[in-house]
Order: sequence, then C-alpha cells, then structure tokens
Amino acid sequence: MKLKRFKEKTIHFLFFLAGISAIIILLGIFSMLLFNGIKTFKDVSILNFFFSTVWNPSAYHEPSYGILSMLVSTFMVILGSMVIAVPLGIGTAVYITEVAGTRTQEILKPFIEILAAIPSVVIGFLGIIFVGPLIAGIFNLSNGLNAVNGSILLAVMSLPTIISISEDAIRAVPKEYKEASYALGANRWTTLIRVIIPAAISGIVAAIMLGTGRALGETMTVLMVTGNAPAMPHSFFDSIRTMTATIAIELGEVPYGTTHYYAIFAVGTILFLMSLSVNIIAELVTAKYRTQRT
Amino acid sequence: MKLKRFEEIIGFTILGFSAIIVILILGTIIVNIISYGSNAISWEFISDFPKDGMTKGGILPTIMGTIFVTIITTLFSIPIGVSAAIYLSEYAKEGMLTRIIRAAIRNLAGVPSIVYGLFGVAIFVQGLGFGSSVLSSGLTLGLLTLPWIIATSEEALKTVPHSYREGSLALGATKWQSIRSNVLPYALPGILTGSILGLSRAAGETAPILFTGVVFFVPGLPDSVFDQFMAMPYHLYILSTQHHAIEQVRSLAYGTALVLITLILIMNFTAIFIRFKLRKKFQM
Amino acid sequence: MFYNFRIIIGALILPAILSTIISCSKNKGDNHSIQIKGSDTEVNLVQRLSEVYMNKYPTVSISVTGGGSGTGIAALINKQTDLANSSRPMKSAEIDQAKAKGVEPVPIIFALDGLAVITHESLSVNSLNINEVAGIFKGNIKNWKSVGGPDLEISMYGRQSNSGTFVYFRDTVLKGDYAPTVRRMNGTAQIVEAVRKDKAAIGYVGIGYVLIDEGKVISEIKIQKLAKDADSQPVSPRESENVKSGAYPLSRPLFQYTNGIPAGEILEFVQFELSREGQELIENEGYYPITDKHMNHNRSLGIIK
Repeated sequence: MKLKRFKEKTIHFLFFLAGISAIIILLGIFSMLLFNGIKTFKDVSILNFFFSTVWNPSAYHEPSYGILSMLVSTFMVILGSMVIAVPLGIGTAVYITEVAGTRTQEILKPFIEILAAIPSVVIGFLGIIFVGPLIAGIFNLSNGLNAVNGSILLAVMSLPTIISISEDAIRAVPKEYKEASYALGANRWTTLIRVIIPAAISGIVAAIMLGTGRALGETMTVLMVTGNAPAMPHSFFDSIRTMTATIAIELGEVPYGTTHYYAIFAVGTILFLMSLSVNIIAELVTAKYRTQRT
Repeated sequence: MKLKRFEEIIGFTILGFSAIIVILILGTIIVNIISYGSNAISWEFISDFPKDGMTKGGILPTIMGTIFVTIITTLFSIPIGVSAAIYLSEYAKEGMLTRIIRAAIRNLAGVPSIVYGLFGVAIFVQGLGFGSSVLSSGLTLGLLTLPWIIATSEEALKTVPHSYREGSLALGATKWQSIRSNVLPYALPGILTGSILGLSRAAGETAPILFTGVVFFVPGLPDSVFDQFMAMPYHLYILSTQHHAIEQVRSLAYGTALVLITLILIMNFTAIFIRFKLRKKFQM
Repeated sequence: MFYNFRIIIGALILPAILSTIISCSKNKGDNHSIQIKGSDTEVNLVQRLSEVYMNKYPTVSISVTGGGSGTGIAALINKQTDLANSSRPMKSAEIDQAKAKGVEPVPIIFALDGLAVITHESLSVNSLNINEVAGIFKGNIKNWKSVGGPDLEISMYGRQSNSGTFVYFRDTVLKGDYAPTVRRMNGTAQIVEAVRKDKAAIGYVGIGYVLIDEGKVISEIKIQKLAKDADSQPVSPRESENVKSGAYPLSRPLFQYTNGIPAGEILEFVQFELSREGQELIENEGYYPITDKHMNHNRSLGIIK
C-alpha cells in the first residue's frame, strides 16, 4: 500500500514537471537571449543600437550595429500584410459562420486548415517564381523583390490564423443577440454589422494580433522574396530586410562569442519581446471579452 | 426598405468574394505545385540520390532526413506534451500556477521559429555539445511543437466525461490507474489528431533547422543522431535560391515542393480522418 | 497492467535519459567522413569534385555545405568543419580568433575564378572600368546614362555579408562600403536569376555561374569587359589566359582552409583536387586551373610534392 502511494506521488511529480515545462522553456529562451544579447552593449552603445539606421557588421571600415532600418522594414511588411489579410480574413470568417450553409462550411474549413499547413518555404518559392514577376509586370518595375511581395506572402501566411480565430469569436456570440435583433425587424446584414461583429470585436482584435504575431515571426518567406537590402526603406517598392531575415542570414557566418554574434541575439531578444507583447495584447483583449460575457 | 435589401446583397457578395479569394490563393498554390511538380515525379525521383551536382537524380536523402528529424521531434515532444496536458487537466488545481502555465503555452506558440533556431544553436549545438546534427534539429523542432501538442492534448482530455474518472475512482482505482485505463484511451484519438497536425507543421519548418543540423549535401543517409542531414524544406530553399543552375533545377525544386506538400497533406488528412472517426463515435 | 505502466513512464523519462547519454558521448566517431563548408562560389565546384572522388573511393564520405565563406571560416574557427571553402583570404582578425581557439588555419589554393560583372543582355553598355563599377555599387553612380548607357536607374544585386565574394569585391573594387540599397541575395544563382529578368541590373558572380558548356554565356546575360582604370583596355574574363595572367582585374584564387597541415583522407582529397584530373574537372565546371605560382604556394605548405 505504501509502495502504491509512493508510486502515485512519483507519477504526480513527473506530470508536474512536464506541466511546468512550458514555463521553463519560455523563461529559458528569454534568459538565453538576454544573456547573450546584453553582451552586445559592451561594444555598442544602446543609443546607436536602437537609433542608427546602419546595420553593417562586416564593414570595410568600422562595423555598425543599428537596427532602426530593420525595425522599420519589419513594421512595414507587417502593415502591408495586415492591410491585405485583415479584410480578407474577417470577411471569410464572417462568410463561413454567418452566410455559408453547413455544407459549404464543411468544405471550407479543411481548406483553411490545408492553407495553414503549407510550409513557408513553399510559399516563398512561389513568391520568387510567381508573385515576383507578377508584381514587376503590374507595376512596371525592373524586379519584384520588394516589400509588396513580402507583404502578400505574409498575408497568405497569416490568413488561416486570422480566419480561424475570428470565426471562433463570431461563433461565440450568443444566439439571443441575433434573435433579439431579428425580432426588432433588422435584416441579416444589419444584424451582422450592428450586432454580431460589435459583440465579437474583442475576439476579432485578438485574431488580428495573433495574425500580426505570425507575420512578425515569419522568416523564410521574407528572406526569399524581399531582396534583403539593409537600407532604410522609402516605399513599398523598395527592397527591405526584416529582423527575422537578418538573423537567418547572419547567424551562420559568425564565430561564436564575437560582438556580431551577440548582436544577433540582441536582435532576437527584441523580436522575442515584440512577439510577446503582441501575444499579451491578444490575451488582454480576450480576457476582457470573457469578463464582458459573464 | 429596398435600399436595405440592396445593401444586404452587396455586403454578402463582398463576404462571398473574400472567401473565394482565399480559396483561389490556396487553389493557385496547389495547382501550380502539382502541375509543374508532377513532371519531375518519378520512382527514381523519390528513391534515388542527387546526382551531377544535384541537377539530376532524386531526393531520397532529403525525404529520409525530414522523416528522421520528425521522428526525433515526436520522441521528444509527445511524451512531454501529453504529460503536461495530463497534469493540467487531471492533476493541477485551477489557480495561479495553471494560469501562468497556460499563458506560457500560448506565448510559446507565438515565439518566432527563428528564435527557436537561435535557442537551438545556443543550447543544443553549443551548450550541450550535440553539434550540428539531426538531434539538435529534432529537439529544436520538438520545443517548437510542444505548446501545440500540450494545447490540443488538453482539449482532447477535457472532452472525456467526468463520469469516466469517477466511476473508476469509486471502484478503488488510484488516480493514475483511472487516467491510464479510462481517460487516456478515450482521449487518444483527439491527442493523436492534435499531435499529427503539430508534427506536420514541424516537418515543413526551415528556419529552426537552418543552423542546427541541415546541410546542402551529404552522401548517404544519416546513420546516427549526431549526423548532419538533408531535409526537404531546406533542399527547396537551396534549389530556389543558391543552386548554381536555378533554371535547370526548377523542375526538381517543384518536385521537391510537391513531395513535401504531399507528405504534409497526408499527415493532415490522417489527422482529419481520425477526427472524423472520433466524431462518429461520439454521435453513437 | 504493470507492463503498460512501464511503457508510459518509460516514454516520460526517455527524453531525459536520452539526453544524458547523448551529452556524455559527445564526440562523433565517424572517421570516414570529411566535412566541407563555406563559399557559395565554390560549393557546386567542390560538390562536383567530391562526387567524382567518392565514386573512385566509395569508402570515403564527403559532405559539402554552402552558406558563404564567412560561414565556412566561422565553422573552421568553431571546429565544426574539416575544410573551409573561402573565396577570399582569411582576415587577420579571423586568424587571431582561430589561434585563440587553438585552430591553425592553412590556406590551400585549388582553383582560379574570374569574378564576372554581369548585366542584362539588352543593355547597351559593353565594358566598364573598375572605378565605374565601384561608383555604381557605392551608390555614387545611380543611372546607366552616367556610364554611357540608356537613361535607366541602375538596380544593383550583390551577395550577403557572409559571402567571400561580397568581401573580395568590397575590398578590391569598392575599397569602401556598399550602398545599403544593393539587394543582398541569398546565393550567387539568385543574382544571375535576378539579372536575367531585370534590364537595369548589374551584379557580380563567379564566372562558373554564367558559363555553360564550351564557354558559352547563359542566355539573357552579358558579361562586362573590365578595365583596370579609365586608360586601360577592357578585358574579358571569358578567356582563361586573361584570368591566369592577371590581366583581368578581378581574377582571384579560391581557397580551402584546413586546421593545421591536413593528413589522412583530407590530405588525399586535397591532393586529388590539385591533381591533373581535379584541375580538369575544375575547368569543366567553368573555373580556371591554378597557375605554377599557386602550385608552388601549395608545395611550400608541404601538401604536395
């Protein structure tokens, strides 16, 4: 009997360990990034790091580690992707939940799941050979390796997230709301615009935030199609280089333990904090909407 | 009133259009890959090694590499992930700790894949000295899929009716006995569905393996977890950006994309099939 | 029942045990494999050489990875590769880093490259001098009409900073930093691909990337003749004599670095590369065999007789 109790306790403890693994990993990632990243500032001033537009670790003269250009590039490509993905994603989510019949729903849902499953490198590949030339042709540019191409591909990558989470939010709106609106004589469209979407808005905002997070963290697609010029971009037709692409390009070339190595981890730290903030905003919005409901 | 009706029609049409565009995007991707990729596919393509500077021959080592690394990922993430889910749904009392754990899981799911790559380099490649290897890559991908597996497994465990647990506890079974014999079997299909979906994502990832073990070319297949390996996503990346004869290997690149997507879709359909079966079982 | 229990517990602690065992047995036991990493300019060439070599000696296994010269040199310093391909000499800072970690880099020269400056075939410019090329990539010359071409804004394609070609071109041509508006392509082939589609393009690539069989240039690409300065005759890298004699301003040796004088299988592979057969393969791939001067350099290292 004692042995049995001991066994139960051991099992309980093991499950507990597994249970807290998520916390350990999250803290582990953060402390590893910070531990390595912070060493950058032995050689680089914090001011320069954040406000210099020149990122040139292997310069002819003096190396320079300023992340402003890549921050702007990252924001630009996210903005571009959201301009495309938000209306499309929310529109599709509303269509699936409120307009489509059950059969159409049954067909559409797996489609969205398949889209979510397509590897980013495949989308990047099509970006090079399909979207790039298309953009160059439409806008009469000499090439299609620019922020527009990156934005389009990131929109494709974040669509499934936006669609499925907004869908959940819209589905969670109580039936009574709809019925009350109909009873007052409103038609389906008015009910949708005036009642259902406002009621689901916090969930939709959370969906947009998580979609943003997806676009923020995406590496391969932007690496393959944006041209990666480390200049400060002036328009969407400029070539850009995001934070993720910078890490992917340069991590392989650095000897461990050099300023350049640490600077890459510093970029990683900023990226991590940004994605964390996006997630936390999404969490807060969702929490608010949960409390509203109850 | 007419105007309202008009507005409704226009509005729904726009919604319909956005759904159509999304379908078109997916359609374009799939049709493009299949129509160009199918020309490259042959028995030789999937069963042979690359030849003549990768301009001919097949992609066998990349397929095997992807499968091998996914197996390591599975061995790492499923035991830990499912255990974590069991802890959350069966053992833990709802409170501060579970709230923190859940927040950590959701935030982990949002960490960019390249950051997992950085972590993999610092911890597995250097810290633990696994070097650039299948193991380092597999573990890095394991961390990446962990939050997904915990979340979906917990969902699955939650669908198990309370009466299942209470019944066996009433008969004098210990908590663990009741979980093992009554809860887990019931939740298994759900856990499987979630895990397979998570692993299919891992199989298609490139950024986390870029610096933890994947290489341009290795002769032969990896025969230990410490070997470097070739993988389909990276192979496609190389063929489309770095190979010396991009044009010449375009059809090989399409072929690789097709095989990769096929593998991932097979995993997805398996998962969807299991879920479908499961739903039927519940309806009975 | 107990059996079941053990399976699950086993599955639980398996990763833990696995990682402990693994961390205890760090060193890789596989002696028959040679790891080569680095330059994208060299990757296809070396892969071809190793393919032929492995067909001759099936017991040897050689893995070749690109990633750029910087990547290869970093790997050599971090002791993660046997041979580092590099299209540029190691910098003194890198040699210091290597020595600090107990690595003795040995530079072997095994091929010659004429770095080609390429444009779209339809461009009306046929030759440039080095100052003009430098001006373009530094961002001082922005339009083709400044160098006798059409009124077209120049779009520049270069490599990423991990590329030896990036560094070589910067140090020998620009003698300064690139304009940040130069697109940084992932690989040499991507430059070729982009230039073929872009009528306003200029890019730099290893000659092997634009020559196909029998010295023909691939379609839609023009290889610019280069002059050392405004007064010199422009010279084409397509004639091997120009590259070997150094008349072409961008002829450069391609390196392979080892940690210490190589021995055993690594040495045998290097000797194969330097043999007549190896050098012929190099020529077939669009690069140039090394000159007597370079052969003497290798001899002085003691790797060949």
